[in-house]
Amino acid sequence: MSKNGMSRRSVLRNGAGVLAATAVGAPMVHAQGTAGSLRFAFWDHWVPGSNDALKQLATRWGEQNRVNMTLDFINTTGNQLQLTIAAQAQSRSGHDGISLLPWDPGTYADQLEPCDDVMQRLTAKYGAVNPVAEFLAKRGGAWRGVPATSGTQAKPACVRADLLQQHAGIDIKAMWPAADRAGPGAENWTWDTFATAAEACHKAGVPFGLPMGQFTDAVDWVGAVFLSYGARVTDEQGNPTIRNNAELRQAVDYLVKLSRFLPPEVWAWDDASNNRALISGRSALIFNPPSAWAVAKRDAPQVAENCWTVPMPGGPKGRFLAYLPYVTGIWSFGRNKTAAKGFLEFITQRENCDFISTFGQGYDIPPFLSMSDFKVWETEGPPVGTIYNYPLKAHHQATYSIAFSPAPPELAQQMYLQALNTKVVARIAQGNESMDAALGWLEREIINMRRGG
Amino acid sequence: MADGGVATLPRAVAPGGASLKRFARRRSTIAFLMTLPLIVVIGGLVAWPAGYAMYLSTLNRRMTSFIGLGNFEILLDSETFRMVIFQSMFFAITAVILKAGIGFWLAHMLHHIPAKGQRKWRGMLLVPWVIPPALSTLGWWWMFEPTYSSINWILNIFAVPSVPWLGEPWWARTSVIIVNVWYGAPFFMIMYLAALKSVPEQLYEAAQIDGATSWQRLRYVTLPMMANIISITVLFSLIVTFANYDIVRVLTNGGPRDLTHVFASYAFQVGILAGNIPRGAAVSLFMFPILAIIAFFVLRGVNRRNREEA
Repeated sequence: MSKNGMSRRSVLRNGAGVLAATAVGAPMVHAQGTAGSLRFAFWDHWVPGSNDALKQLATRWGEQNRVNMTLDFINTTGNQLQLTIAAQAQSRSGHDGISLLPWDPGTYADQLEPCDDVMQRLTAKYGAVNPVAEFLAKRGGAWRGVPATSGTQAKPACVRADLLQQHAGIDIKAMWPAADRAGPGAENWTWDTFATAAEACHKAGVPFGLPMGQFTDAVDWVGAVFLSYGARVTDEQGNPTIRNNAELRQAVDYLVKLSRFLPPEVWAWDDASNNRALISGRSALIFNPPSAWAVAKRDAPQVAENCWTVPMPGGPKGRFLAYLPYVTGIWSFGRNKTAAKGFLEFITQRENCDFISTFGQGYDIPPFLSMSDFKVWETEGPPVGTIYNYPLKAHHQATYSIAFSPAPPELAQQMYLQALNTKVVARIAQGNESMDAALGWLEREIINMRRGG
Repeated sequence: MADGGVATLPRAVAPGGASLKRFARRRSTIAFLMTLPLIVVIGGLVAWPAGYAMYLSTLNRRMTSFIGLGNFEILLDSETFRMVIFQSMFFAITAVILKAGIGFWLAHMLHHIPAKGQRKWRGMLLVPWVIPPALSTLGWWWMFEPTYSSINWILNIFAVPSVPWLGEPWWARTSVIIVNVWYGAPFFMIMYLAALKSVPEQLYEAAQIDGATSWQRLRYVTLPMMANIISITVLFSLIVTFANYDIVRVLTNGGPRDLTHVFASYAFQVGILAGNIPRGAAVSLFMFPILAIIAFFVLRGVNRRNREEA
């Protein structure tokens, strides 16, 4: 060996060097003059192939900027994404950037890199950001991430147009056509009309599939009803506003009455139960993103052909649309924060938001209000135009909302995740408590949640 | 030189080297070194997380300041949490009593089956215990599913109305207990079967000669001989059942109206999902004093019986 100029020691030394270079600098293989590497964790999209949009964008941006990109997709089944976020925040190590669930930017605000510079450039270009996204993603006056397109959803009504016409006499397609105008009778699309239709469909054996449990679908639509009646449980400072609150009583009373026309098992429904109710043809209406319709397109085409997405009904204080945004955050302990910001800015450009939304069959709603006119919502079908009214449009005369806003986000988060709004209704409708007893419980819970900083 | 070196070196290092050797040869040193890996494992995987959880429970929501026992005080003021305490106790005690009863009965049945057939039955009855609970609970969830419950489908065939397994509070509580009992009873069965096999046959023969009925044989021979194993299994199962998480999480997610939450599922909801890790840690630590008291009394009973036997 040594005679050939290769000693055992030199082979080992060189071998160790190669191994170390491979292990430590694997992403830097092409790093001569590159800007390093980035590792992002995104929510694993339910639409098959939808993750490819982000993969393609990452490849393109990585090549342009000579950055080695690694994307991981983590799903929310079994709260995997939530646990990953919590673990990375506790250990202060992990990805450079990660998809955050709606309330996470506030929870982890101290460990997230402010993205004001990125948001400033984007808003200068595309105008106002969705107010709910701003409410959730801003803390202490700073953006704690960039509101995402992938995964961001609204929850309008997905209606079986045929059943609603047959049993409640409402022509929902004419009321909300696939055009930038409201049809005849749209002004009557109120919670009162809704309750009458719910009763008619209940009698006909196709009740509205509205969950009343503790999952987000339930909290979101009940939250929108509360806002439509002007029912707030706290003020902006978090002080309970429950006593002598006529609007709150009106909203709760309405929901208790409405619950009589729902399937008896709605108190135990999860986020998939309403989808199943629609797809199986047992329900005339649900509040959901187009996921239920998309699955019906595959599994029950005769159901999908009759689905039509319309805004939520309005109440005395206006029309609200439940909205749940994802936010992509950059960890303050990340190694390549400048590049991470560049990547997030790139994927939030209008054409790239359109690209992502098209891959997701229109499921994903971009964070900028000016981006509610993508082709995908016009062209998707059958029937063509079925999700035209999925993102909020000017003629809907509605506002995006999230339950429990405008309470301080830290408190709103706890009230939301503990589903206080559906529980107070359940206490009366299912637990036979009086309105006063249930509202008293609600007030005590909120007071308790505010304690302990 | 060599001789000189050999002659002087031991003299120079002898005192230190000898004492090091003596130290290394001491039984206590060897014992310590041999238990060191275990100490490291327990320290790293038990003591440190437990200590860290205690530390977390004394912080405010943002984990920026020390609030002492504030989180515990807040929790005890909450109606929901007081209900979680009740539900955890009700769930654990009911489930353990049922598991012990069914396990005892099954063990007796198996004990009286000839050895050849016994093996097959033993294997079959152990199946629920060897399936990962998250998976088997998913199977149960399909059977209890609010809209498409297969059990309800069968009930409906016999004109029995559907049961709201997960939608009505007491049915939901019952469903959670049923799944826990289904999963845990085989453990009791196998433990009691082993204990039954260790009871000397002569005791039964003597009792029979004295004219003891089967109930008297059970009361005065079997139960006293199995007392310790019953106590230990009940204690072990209480600890595991109190800490149960997956069944409640998969089956009801704590609903309806939080009425099926147990400590672990509520701790996860408050700590991870609602972003209040210190209060979540405080919820999970509530189990500790309850279990410590139970363990104290059970182990004291075991020790007393051991002393009496000795």
